[in-house]
Amino acid sequence: MTNNSTFKGYQRQDGRKGIRNVIAVVYLVECAHHVAREISSSFGGQVHLIGFPGCYPNQYADRIMNSICTHPNVGAVLLVSLGCESFNRNRLKDNIEKSGRPVHLIGIQKTGGTRKTIDEGKRWVSETVEKIKSVPQVDMGLHELSIGTICGGSDATSGISANPAVGRAFDTLVAKGAVCIFEETGEMIGLENMMSTRARTPALAGELQKSVEKAAIYYSKMGHGSFAPGNADGGLTTIEEKSMGAYSKSGNSLITGLIKPGDIPAQGGLYLMDVVPDGEPVFGFPNINDNAEIVEMIASGSHLILFTTGRGSVVGSAISPVIKICANPETYNRLSDDMDINAGKILNGNATLDEVGDEIVNKVIWVAKGGQSCSEELGHQEFILTYKKFEPIGPSCLPGF
Amino acid sequence: MEKLILLHVLDNVLIVRKSIEAGEQVVINGNLLLFKKGIEVGHKVAARDIQQGEQIIKYGISIGSATENISVGTHIHLHNMKSDYLPTYTLEKEFGNDK
Repeated sequence: MTNNSTFKGYQRQDGRKGIRNVIAVVYLVECAHHVAREISSSFGGQVHLIGFPGCYPNQYADRIMNSICTHPNVGAVLLVSLGCESFNRNRLKDNIEKSGRPVHLIGIQKTGGTRKTIDEGKRWVSETVEKIKSVPQVDMGLHELSIGTICGGSDATSGISANPAVGRAFDTLVAKGAVCIFEETGEMIGLENMMSTRARTPALAGELQKSVEKAAIYYSKMGHGSFAPGNADGGLTTIEEKSMGAYSKSGNSLITGLIKPGDIPAQGGLYLMDVVPDGEPVFGFPNINDNAEIVEMIASGSHLILFTTGRGSVVGSAISPVIKICANPETYNRLSDDMDINAGKILNGNATLDEVGDEIVNKVIWVAKGGQSCSEELGHQEFILTYKKFEPIGPSCLPGF
Repeated sequence: MEKLILLHVLDNVLIVRKSIEAGEQVVINGNLLLFKKGIEVGHKVAARDIQQGEQIIKYGISIGSATENISVGTHIHLHNMKSDYLPTYTLEKEFGNDK
């Protein structure tokens, strides 16, 4: 690991620190999407487009959007409303204001349609780009960083090279006091007993076990596990096999807590994020693609995301940089422009898991210092938020109990 | 470099570390075996004979069970093993319609 592991973070008025100073342009219903996109697309990489497409209210989406608009990587927010949708725009605006960020709400119906709203939006963003240059930059260390991990476009090399290498990086980062989040309880199916032995307390072990059992029931009701045809092409045969590979991203640290999307851990440690909705299935699959999970980890405070892939995913994300770690040496050769780290060299015998683990930690520090990850450089800013339903986590899920 | 690796001592499968070409010969447990079909990196082959119904062990834990008798060196995938939890979806087996 590099000796100098401190960097400059953006000091937010709520006490949190960010590694980016993004202006989020937010559509509050699909009907406002085009206008919001026209506003954001005329600016460079600092202005990100996010939004919620639904017209009907949803407590989960409301919570995620409030959390993301006050995320430490966000410097200011422009809310774009059609005017008749259900999203509680006034409360969202108030919350952003209270967090000390510049915020502006424009309603398309009130402003006079597409053209006038785009013009007003662009004007506000231009002024705000200048305004947020004065956000103070202060020292920030790994202990103040939150990092999420996800695998996508997995193949059978993922669980051998990139995922366990992220596990090594997580062990280092957890030891330094960072918050590390792993997720997708649907990809823990088959190893709930093994995982629960790593829980901080017996009560948490029970919660971890229950979260995976819930996922198994939910997915069997949906008639489909968290498994795509490309996983099978890449040599993965069953969900248990995919699970073991995915699980190795968590490393070997004790599991500190269990969170749900939007819960922000107050202290460092390793957290499992339960992404499977509670109760009877009502809105469909738990996570319809990888970006849905990335958004949830960002809503829980992740400053950056470690994304492992074997088949070769190219996605990035709005708000928080995505670092891509390629597991398969053959895929790396084909898609090297999209990959930040070649973990496939482990399979070729040219590096050890520990060496690639260190390379990942160094890349985390480099990106935290402002270095552009491949997906950032290529302009990837994927974002998706849909309907879900959650109950609050139980008392034994967080430290202090 | 070894073409096949054993990830865990309890495993009954070996992992292809570098793609095996059709017609290539590879030694498994002292036996020289001919691969009539190529096998891509990451895929599994039987480290020993496995009986129908026996668990397939990778990373030291069960990842499903054999749906037929599998002889040493055979490619193990959707055609001869299954999940003990949820069926696996592929483009050839859409929506449970076996083709």
